[in-house]
Amino acid sequence: MAAGIATGWLLRKRTFKFINTLLIVLVWALLFFLGVEAGENPAVIEGLKDLGLEALLLSVAGTAGSIALAWELWKFIRRKEGGKR
Amino acid sequence: MKGSLIIVAFFVAGIIVGVTHLLPPMSSLGNISYITLCALIFLVGFMIGNDSEIFKKFRRLNRLYMLLPLMTIVGTLAGCAITTLLLPHRSLSDCLAVGSGMGYYSLSSVLITQYKGAELGTVALLANIVREVITLLGAPLMVRWFGKLAPISVGGATTMDTTLPILTRACGKDFVIVSIFHGFIVDFSVPLLVTFFASL
Repeated sequence: MAAGIATGWLLRKRTFKFINTLLIVLVWALLFFLGVEAGENPAVIEGLKDLGLEALLLSVAGTAGSIALAWELWKFIRRKEGGKR
Repeated sequence: MKGSLIIVAFFVAGIIVGVTHLLPPMSSLGNISYITLCALIFLVGFMIGNDSEIFKKFRRLNRLYMLLPLMTIVGTLAGCAITTLLLPHRSLSDCLAVGSGMGYYSLSSVLITQYKGAELGTVALLANIVREVITLLGAPLMVRWFGKLAPISVGGATTMDTTLPILTRACGKDFVIVSIFHGFIVDFSVPLLVTFFASL
């Protein structure tokens, strides 16, 4: 990542439109390989029902937690800005 | 949304290829997924370095909004810690490692696969894809119910790239900087936190 930041900074005078496309293609390739790896593993395939449920639980819980705190921060900032006016 | 569907399609295609053994086993291809990941991280760094405005924009930000990444990280970890109670066969550090992905499914699933095996890696992949889909689909509702910071927080590490267009539409132009700053900080926290919890 540091190498990427350095390279990007050195070449900052030019714009690279193909970077976004390349990024998406790489994400596709990566996900494809991850799929192959998971598909070859019998434990993953057999456990998919349970794994899917676990994944759903974890993402919903994480989402709920971050919403709760972001909401508190939002209300706090609104109160502060309201007090100034 | 269309982008996420394509990504899921590639993942499903990979699973089918893996199950049917259409390709030689992954182990014979060496670290091909790891090399792809390195190229990906290099590109993300490249984009940050390439944007000469990005650091200037950060300086103009209201200080209180800078707390949002912290809210995201603490809130997510707290939620996942509670989930441990419902998943007796998973340890606390497993749940926290999956949660630390913050929607950055490509990086977190590869890291967790390397530290904890393909099973938890798949949980991380699914959980973090679901999180991104929740952000993409639910952003307008979250703005209405919980304020404009909620969807940015749920977006986690993706708020500077994949979910940025949706968030801009849901929260308004004023929050683009908040969203980019948030994504930038959370992005950096993902490899650190995932590696930390996965190696416990």
